[in-house]
Amino acid sequence: MLELVLFYMASTIALVSTILALTRANATHALIYLILSLLAVAVIFYLIGAPFAAALEVVIYAGAIMVLFIFVIMMLNLGEKGDRREKQLLKPQVWIVPVIFALVLLVELVLVLSQSEPATTQGLVTAKQVGLTLFGPYVIAVEIASMLLLAGLVGAYHLGRRYLEEGREAKATRDKGHQISQEGVR
Amino acid sequence: MDGVSIPLDHVLLLSALLFICGLLGLMMRRNIIFILVSLEVMLNSSAVAFVAAGARWGQADGQIVFMLILAVAAAEVAVGLGLVLQIQRRFKSLDMDDANRMRG
Amino acid sequence: MLKLLPLIPLFPLVSSILLMVTLGKMPRRVVAILGAGSVGLAAVVTVLVGLTFMASGQPHHQVLWTWMRVGDFSPDIAFYLDGLTLVMMSVITGVGFLIHLFSTEFMEDDVSFSRYFAYLNMFVFAMLILVMADNLLLLYLGWEGVGACSYLLIGFWYQDPANGAAARKAFVVTRIGDAAMAMGLFLLLTELGTLDIQPLTEVAKSKWQVGDTLPLIACLLLLGGAVGKSAQLPLHTWLPDAMAGPTPVSALIHAATMVTAGVYLIARTHELFLLAPIAMLVVAFVGLITSLMAAFTALNQHDIKRILAYSTISQIGYMFLALGVGAWAAGIFHLVTHAFFKALLFLAAGAVIHCLHHEHNIFNMGGLRTRLPVVFWSFLIGSAALAALPLTSGFFSKDMILLQAYKLPGAGPWLWVGGLLGALLTAIYSFRLVFVVFFGEAKMEPDKLPGIRMALPLSVLCALSIVGGWFALPLSSVFPATGDHHPSHLVEGISIAIPLIGLAIAYLIFLGGQLNVEGLVNSSGGQRLKKFWFSGWAIDWLYDQLWVRPYKFLALILKRECVDDIYNTIVSFSQFLFMALSHTQTGRLRWYATSMVFGLILVIALLQGVIR
Repeated sequence: MLELVLFYMASTIALVSTILALTRANATHALIYLILSLLAVAVIFYLIGAPFAAALEVVIYAGAIMVLFIFVIMMLNLGEKGDRREKQLLKPQVWIVPVIFALVLLVELVLVLSQSEPATTQGLVTAKQVGLTLFGPYVIAVEIASMLLLAGLVGAYHLGRRYLEEGREAKATRDKGHQISQEGVR
Repeated sequence: MDGVSIPLDHVLLLSALLFICGLLGLMMRRNIIFILVSLEVMLNSSAVAFVAAGARWGQADGQIVFMLILAVAAAEVAVGLGLVLQIQRRFKSLDMDDANRMRG
Repeated sequence: MLKLLPLIPLFPLVSSILLMVTLGKMPRRVVAILGAGSVGLAAVVTVLVGLTFMASGQPHHQVLWTWMRVGDFSPDIAFYLDGLTLVMMSVITGVGFLIHLFSTEFMEDDVSFSRYFAYLNMFVFAMLILVMADNLLLLYLGWEGVGACSYLLIGFWYQDPANGAAARKAFVVTRIGDAAMAMGLFLLLTELGTLDIQPLTEVAKSKWQVGDTLPLIACLLLLGGAVGKSAQLPLHTWLPDAMAGPTPVSALIHAATMVTAGVYLIARTHELFLLAPIAMLVVAFVGLITSLMAAFTALNQHDIKRILAYSTISQIGYMFLALGVGAWAAGIFHLVTHAFFKALLFLAAGAVIHCLHHEHNIFNMGGLRTRLPVVFWSFLIGSAALAALPLTSGFFSKDMILLQAYKLPGAGPWLWVGGLLGALLTAIYSFRLVFVVFFGEAKMEPDKLPGIRMALPLSVLCALSIVGGWFALPLSSVFPATGDHHPSHLVEGISIAIPLIGLAIAYLIFLGGQLNVEGLVNSSGGQRLKKFWFSGWAIDWLYDQLWVRPYKFLALILKRECVDDIYNTIVSFSQFLFMALSHTQTGRLRWYATSMVFGLILVIALLQGVIR
């Protein structure tokens, strides 16, 4: 009973903070709200009997990925001007059509979901179980995931390098290329 | 907690709602940062669905997929933010509507 | 002797081919001898054949070979000689020879001397085939042949585009008639199974009753063809313009022979027409109305040849009138006398034109009586015959027609009155021509006199125009008898008096000057009437509005290649689709995301629908 109430509270917090996150003008504020949403989702994971997932949600998702986001935004240094511009862009005529589409999609999803038989969560799934399953049948997934992460690492390094080292030749080549591509457009 | 029964379709409903929110953000916002944030929201919502599905059967598979989703999200954010930096340098703004040179 | 029949068309054919092959390479004397001589030989053979025929009195049928065999239908190249054919052949070869002789002098200054004779001989050949044909298909061959030769000869001086236009007009208008005739032939073939003329009439009489619709339709279609070739009411517009050709051509083709082909056709198929009394009535009225219209128009013309052209239309109207009331022999009789005096008039007009260096306007001539005496007497005698003054050949034939018309029950007296009006007008305009050209003061002097080759044919035709009416034609075996006619003396007296009254009126207006119609003519109403009649009752204008303009308009619309527009529509549609779809590639991320969501909605809906 208590868990049910907690579940609904956590869901509400998750939803509201997600909506808030997406409607802010300031990027940092949005990210903080998103972190809040992720924490609420972690609570939900815990309530349905998946503590390991909850832990991972907090540590990796909220703790690493969101932090990476925040770092990059602070590096971009948008400032007050960016906030004002964002506010300008959020006019009503912008979100009428998306809201309509989203509502239609919501209705459809609800219809789809209501077709299934009612079921409830069953018990706890411990970390030990997860580990055994992970390195048991799903070990290849682990390998592939690691390759994916390696690719992501290399890509991120390459894409970000030029931003960090402003090599003179790199800047000159880049600017010349930019100039040519601008002329091509004209 | 011991398996206190939480109705599964409510969790899935939550997942759907979060997904819709993510879509809304993707369609509405012009700033690339917010688009990436919406993507994260959507990934998160699918993670919720998976974990709930695993919890329904009492198996670890849901959480394993959750971990894979996490890995994907991480890689995607890393590369995506690198691209954001490049876009910021070239177009001097973070407005995605400016990056429309691939129009037909 | 009758076996010599095929030689008659053969001589002109051989001569024509020879002249065409050696075009321009033979000396003029040879060409003249060949051209005129071939027709002369044909005339001689015609006389021989005619004597033999009249001695035996039996129609002669000669098959040369089978033309084609298509299923049940196998027409032959075959000739049929009876009184009607003999009469027509005599006119064609006799008058034809005289005209050929005349042409040798008339055309002596022309560059294309041999081409002229080649065409003219070809024409004689085609006309002979037409009248000698045993079946309607061979007749149609001759029909088309004379049409082609008429085109070639009208446009003889093709360097002037106006002549070419006149020739085309003649060909196109007669073609309309030819199409109607072809439909008539199809009808006869499908209904009666044969086109041989004698068997055709037998089958028709046994199969169809008097007053049936099928013979009516067939006869009306044949009438359509006759109307085109003989320049009667709806299709007469080509004949005045056909005067663009050399004058002997006008004499031969458009006075004596080709335009009488329609009359011949109706006379030849008279049994069919007897089965359709309504058709005969139509023939009579067509003839009468045409005759009156042309007479009014002739009264207003000033070109010497155009007056004669409208006169021809008018006289052929008389022939149609005769055929329509059942006076077949009278119609053919008038055909023969008309051939004589009209050829005479045309040749005399040709002499006038030749000697006055190609002047055509009668009001620029005058006083030629003393300067061109032979021509004057020819014109006088010819006009007298045309106006049907007593004792000329024209008098006998026209009189016969009018009396037969009077006797017809029902519309007869009206036709008679109309005929009388036409006779009056004929007398007025023909003597108008004589008085204006040959009397009064001379406005132009002739620069040469006609030679023997012109004078001789003129003299012969003068003689024929006078005595030609005294002999009966051997037509009694061909046509049903029309019964004795003894109309009241009043009717006869009026018929005789009317031409004389016309002559008197013409004298008073144009020669004596006592009757002054200047005031009437120069009034505004008079001027408008004059213009209206001058243009031939504005029929050319009417046809231009009715047929030529809509056709040109349609051609202009279709010039855009409407069928291509269908394909172009496909092309432009796909281009439109391309433009529409390329607008969906905006290059903006949000747009793509939105469209993905939209697609997602659709897919889920479809899946739900499908699964449900």
